[in-house]
Amino acid sequence: MSLFKAVTAKPWERKGVIGGLRPEGTFNASPEKVALVVFLVVASVIFSLFSVSYVIRMELPDWTPLAEPTQLWFNTGLLVISSVLFQWARNISKTDSRKNLLTSFIGGGVFALLFIAGQLMTWSSLQASGYYVASNPANSFFYLLTGLHAAHLLGGLWVWSKSSIRLLSGGETKEVRQSIELCTLYWHFLLVIWLLVFAMLSNT
Amino acid sequence: MAYVPLADQDKDMELHHPHSWVTKYVWSQDHKVIAIQYGGTAIAVGLVALVLSMLMRMQLGYPESFDLIDPNAYYQAVTMHGMIMVVYLLTALFLGGFGNYLIPLMVGARDMVFPFLNMLSYWVYLLSVLILMASFFVGGGPTGAGWTLYPPQTAMEGTPGHDMGIVLMLVSLVVFIVAFTMGGLNYVTTVLQYRCRGLTMMRLPLSVWGIFVATVLGLFAFPALLVAGIMMTFDTLLGTSFFMPAVIEAGTALDYDGGSPLLFQHLFWFFGHPEVYIVALPAFGLVSDVISTHARKNIFGYRMMVWAIIAIGGLSFIVWAHHMYVSGMHPYFGFFFATTTLIIAVPTALKVYNWVLTLWEGDIRLNAPMYFAIGFIFTFVHGGLTGLFLGNVVIDLPLSDTYFVVAHFHMVMGVSPVLVLFAAIYHWFPKMSGRMFHEGLAKAHFWCTFLGAYLIYLPMHYLGFLGVPRRYYSLGTTDFIPASAQDLNQVITLAALFVGAAQILFFINIFWSLRNGKKADPNPWGSASLEWQTPDTPPVHGNWGDELPTVYRWAYDYSVPGAHQDFIPMNTPESTEPTAGEDHFDPDHDTSKADL
Repeated sequence: MSLFKAVTAKPWERKGVIGGLRPEGTFNASPEKVALVVFLVVASVIFSLFSVSYVIRMELPDWTPLAEPTQLWFNTGLLVISSVLFQWARNISKTDSRKNLLTSFIGGGVFALLFIAGQLMTWSSLQASGYYVASNPANSFFYLLTGLHAAHLLGGLWVWSKSSIRLLSGGETKEVRQSIELCTLYWHFLLVIWLLVFAMLSNT
Repeated sequence: MAYVPLADQDKDMELHHPHSWVTKYVWSQDHKVIAIQYGGTAIAVGLVALVLSMLMRMQLGYPESFDLIDPNAYYQAVTMHGMIMVVYLLTALFLGGFGNYLIPLMVGARDMVFPFLNMLSYWVYLLSVLILMASFFVGGGPTGAGWTLYPPQTAMEGTPGHDMGIVLMLVSLVVFIVAFTMGGLNYVTTVLQYRCRGLTMMRLPLSVWGIFVATVLGLFAFPALLVAGIMMTFDTLLGTSFFMPAVIEAGTALDYDGGSPLLFQHLFWFFGHPEVYIVALPAFGLVSDVISTHARKNIFGYRMMVWAIIAIGGLSFIVWAHHMYVSGMHPYFGFFFATTTLIIAVPTALKVYNWVLTLWEGDIRLNAPMYFAIGFIFTFVHGGLTGLFLGNVVIDLPLSDTYFVVAHFHMVMGVSPVLVLFAAIYHWFPKMSGRMFHEGLAKAHFWCTFLGAYLIYLPMHYLGFLGVPRRYYSLGTTDFIPASAQDLNQVITLAALFVGAAQILFFINIFWSLRNGKKADPNPWGSASLEWQTPDTPPVHGNWGDELPTVYRWAYDYSVPGAHQDFIPMNTPESTEPTAGEDHFDPDHDTSKADL
């Protein structure tokens, strides 16, 4: 109801300070988190538009379904482990403890790197069996969507590497707490996106 | 994570406080410098687009008189003019320029939330402009596929720039979208999280509302262009067939097979229609503030204005296929889009009524910004009314490929936003530069631009009804077009050259005033909103001196009965509100009552 209250307020009637002694944001969250959530919405729009295009293009007669390599299941497992490790790091960082923090946080990133390496291997095995990017729209979409997902992951790894360096050079947990929290959120998001993309690619 | 209070901004401010000329004016993280960088770049690239339109008009008015302009050059000029004006000038100037300048000042913040990202946004934008400009210098020149870049013709031999030009265009757009997203995240987060004490969303000036909602639209709509652009780049460079159908070029079949050009059109217009409002909504916001300030009257129906901005923003995502009536579609599909398109006229008309009602019985000061603002109401109503014609499928079909459409969209999203831009530049120039502009020169600039624009676009409606097709390089001799159409074309060309040349008045005024203008009062228009209450003019880095402002009222306390001035700034506490003698006091407007 507060939203309704907000948009029906009559600003010309009410004078004086509204709110507490300090300025308050619309959301009780750090600006970084708000910006990340907005970005996740933008990324969701990008992936949904690709999905819509995929579905529309799939119905045209020249579509030959691509048999997804079983290696993708293995890669999916790597990404799940990565996400779990990030969640572990997140739980540790809520306290000021450092125990297992390096293992979980750095491990999470390493498994994400392994996932990307796995995706690259899938690409090269597909190439070796003659599934080129331009030979069929199903292949084109496969390379495009997996590539785009990996690119998003690389963006996350850039932030991860900065925080890892800070942790490794003896930074305190509270310095990277926000970074770990946001990385975890981003990783879960990319895991969900990957599962949806994988499901869509498999169901043709 | 708890909310980080604004007090922490001071600490951040120290971190990127400029220490040399280079960090102050080149690699600056100050939103005001970035705004001016954005604005300067956008205007510079806009001038290129203006020159291109002059070349087009010269060809249309005096065909076969200029060797310089062959059919290829003409189509390249059409394409680049359209794309530059819509994306690289208007979007960048409204959001990158005015968004950057006004948001932190109007919400009472020291800077954007992420100043470094903000700086990066500008430099990436500049990169996208440079990539686009590079296409003028590559073999084959820039793409001539029309600003809509419809496949398959973008990639066909007969289209100029089908090899390098189109690739540079697509890459430039993708880079632009990256820049916009960085800026957009900043604008949205700043408006949501960095408003000063007492400033609720419903107390925000309409400029901020317009820019905020337009940014949200941009964040949702540009992805469609990104998706289309990436897939088109794949089609062009890697030979995929996302959009490219099986096609025969000069007798040989190309390697493409089975792609869907219609899919591209849907994606393009899913971006393209909200893009109209990405340009229009900031204009609506800015013009509301200019009108209210110079009419010395609160904006009529503030809440309705906010709701209308939000409603227009929402509706703009479900009207895109009205650009595709001529592509062929199921009649019910067309019916749906015609209906939604006409519904969007409701909140838009509401805004127009409210601007007019704000003027009603106002104490109007006819300053130069007000000239442009009132001029905008005229051009926007005219452009909007022809939109009602074109929103209907049966009327759109015969008119779609004629000059009627050219006249319509130039009135509604060319002339109208540009008039607002001039209104806004003149209105905020004293705050930005600390100097006043030359009033007489600005008014001369207005009359030349306003009357000239009508001289250009009114006859185009008539040409459209005659059936004169748009996009044609030269009309040649056709039975259904009377010879007099050519005379009209010459008149339009002369008017266009005149309006183009008249913009020199604007540049003379700005550059002359920067050095020689009268020193500006901190608040020369007597404006109530926050950006005019800064301790320094122009505001220095950090904007607010030692203490951030506190807001006690909305942005439109003009001509409040009983107050001794005809405006009360947002940061004036209600207790110290200066009142005139009790005999002027009107109990119906007792503003202190509501605070109980």
